[in-house]
Amino acid sequence: MINGLKARNLSFQYGAKTALNNVSFEVSKGQFCALLGPNGAGKSTLVSLLTRLLVAPGDGEIHLIGHSLEHSPRNALAALGVVYQQPTLDMDLTVRQNLAYFGALHGLSRKDIRIRSEAALDRLGMLERAGERIRNLNGGHRRRTELARALLHDPKVLLLDEPTVGLDAAARAAITDHVHDLADQGMSVLWTTHLTDEVRDSDHLLVLHQGQILEDGYAGEIRGDLPLQEWFLLRTGDRS
Amino acid sequence: MIIWFRALRAIVGRDFLRFVHQRERFLAALVRPLVWLLVFAAGFRAALGISITPPYQTYITYETYIVPGLCGMILLFNGMQSSLSLVYDREIGTMRLLLTSPLPRWWLLLCRLIGSTIVSVLQVYTFLVIAGVFGITMPPLGYVAVLPGLMMAGLMLSALGLVLSSFIKQLENFAGVMNFVIFPMFFLSSALYPLWKMAESSDLLRDICALNPFTHAVEMIRYLLYLDFSWPALIWVVASTAVFLGMAIWGYDPARGLMKRKTG
Repeated sequence: MINGLKARNLSFQYGAKTALNNVSFEVSKGQFCALLGPNGAGKSTLVSLLTRLLVAPGDGEIHLIGHSLEHSPRNALAALGVVYQQPTLDMDLTVRQNLAYFGALHGLSRKDIRIRSEAALDRLGMLERAGERIRNLNGGHRRRTELARALLHDPKVLLLDEPTVGLDAAARAAITDHVHDLADQGMSVLWTTHLTDEVRDSDHLLVLHQGQILEDGYAGEIRGDLPLQEWFLLRTGDRS
Repeated sequence: MIIWFRALRAIVGRDFLRFVHQRERFLAALVRPLVWLLVFAAGFRAALGISITPPYQTYITYETYIVPGLCGMILLFNGMQSSLSLVYDREIGTMRLLLTSPLPRWWLLLCRLIGSTIVSVLQVYTFLVIAGVFGITMPPLGYVAVLPGLMMAGLMLSALGLVLSSFIKQLENFAGVMNFVIFPMFFLSSALYPLWKMAESSDLLRDICALNPFTHAVEMIRYLLYLDFSWPALIWVVASTAVFLGMAIWGYDPARGLMKRKTG
C-alpha cells in the first residue's frame, strides 16, 4: 500500500484517438511530482481519470492513500484536493461562501468550515478578502482562493491541473513555492504543467508525451547537464 | 447521514443565493405566466367556455382554468432553466466540483433537483399571490394542499432537465432542444385547454396530450388546488420522475464519459 497516489495501466481513447496509453506512476507521501507535458499530451484526460470524472476502461487502477478509486470512490475522493485548470469558483458568491459550499460537499460542519476557512485563507494571505465576491478578485487571488478551498478538508493528496495559467510571474512563484512547502509538510502533490520553470531539480518529474510516460525520475537527474527547458524541447519537439 | 444533509443544505442554499442574485431571471419567470393570465386568458375568455368538470363544482372563467397550467409553466421553464445552469456549470467547472465530492453521485444530483424545485415553488407562490390580487383565487386551504404537488411536479420537470443536460455538450445545442421540449410539452397538455376540448378537434392529439407527463403534473396541481386528489395523475408523475431520475443518473455515470471532451 502506498500513502500517496498510485496509478497503474491507465489508457483512454476518445473515439479512435488515443489520449493515454498504459500510463503508470506513483507519487509518494511528501513528494512534489511535476507532470510535464506539451499541450495535447493527455494531462487533462489524466486529471479527469484521477478525479473520477472519467473512468478508464480495462484493467487500469488508481489508488489514493490505499483506497481504490473504482471500488471505494468515496474514501478515495475524500483524500483528494483538486485545483482545476478551469475556474470552478462561483463568481457571484464571496470567497467565504465558496469555501463553505465546498466544505459542506465534503460533509464538514459549519463550525469546522468556519475554523478551517479562516486558517486556510490566513495561510494564503486571503483572510482580508474573505467577504469579497469572486467576481471582484484578480486572477492571482482567485487561484489562491481555489487552493485554499482545495486544502479545506485536509487532503492527503493534492492535484493541481496547470494552476498557474494566466497568472503573472510573482503570483506564479508564490503559488509554486507554497505548494512545495505543502509537500515538505507531508502532502503528496501532483502538479501538471507545460512550463519547465515551475519544476525544481529535487522534484519528482513525470514527462507525458502523446499519451505515454517518456520519463519518470528526479528532474535534476533527468535533465543531466542541459537546462530542463532545452532537454524538454529536444525530447518532445515542443516549444513551451 | 448528517453529512448528506449538510451537502443538501449547501446545494439548496447555493441555488437560493444564485436565485436572489439573478433578479431579472425571477422577473422573467413571473412575467411569462402573468402575460398569459392577464392578456391571453382575458382575450380568450369569451371564446373558450369551460363546462363543469372535476375538480370544479361550478362553471369557471378561463382565467381560473389556466392558473394550474401556468403554475406548471413556471415549473417547466424553471426545470429547463436549471438544466441550462447545469450545462453552464459543467462548462465553467463548478459541476466538476460537485461531482468530485465524496458523496454518492445520485444524492448530489437529487440535491440539485431539490434546490431548483424549491426555487421554482417560491416563484409559483409569488404568481398565485399576484393572481389573487387580480381576483383569481382558489380555496384558502388549496394553497397549502398544493405544496406537495408542486414539489412533485417540480422534481419531475427538473429531473427531465437533468436528463437533457447530461446529453447536451454545449450551450448552443441547448437552445434547440428547448424548442423541441418545452413548447410541445406545454401546448400538448391540459395546461391551456381541457382534454375533452382537444378531442373535439382530434382524438389523436387528445391521446398524445394524455400521454404527456406534463398534463398529469398540471392535473395534479389543479386537483390539489381545489382540495381534491387524482391518483392517476400522482402515479404518472411519480413514475415519470423515477424514469427521468434514473436516466439522469445513468447520463451522469462517469463510466459513460459525461465529461468526455478532448482538452488535452
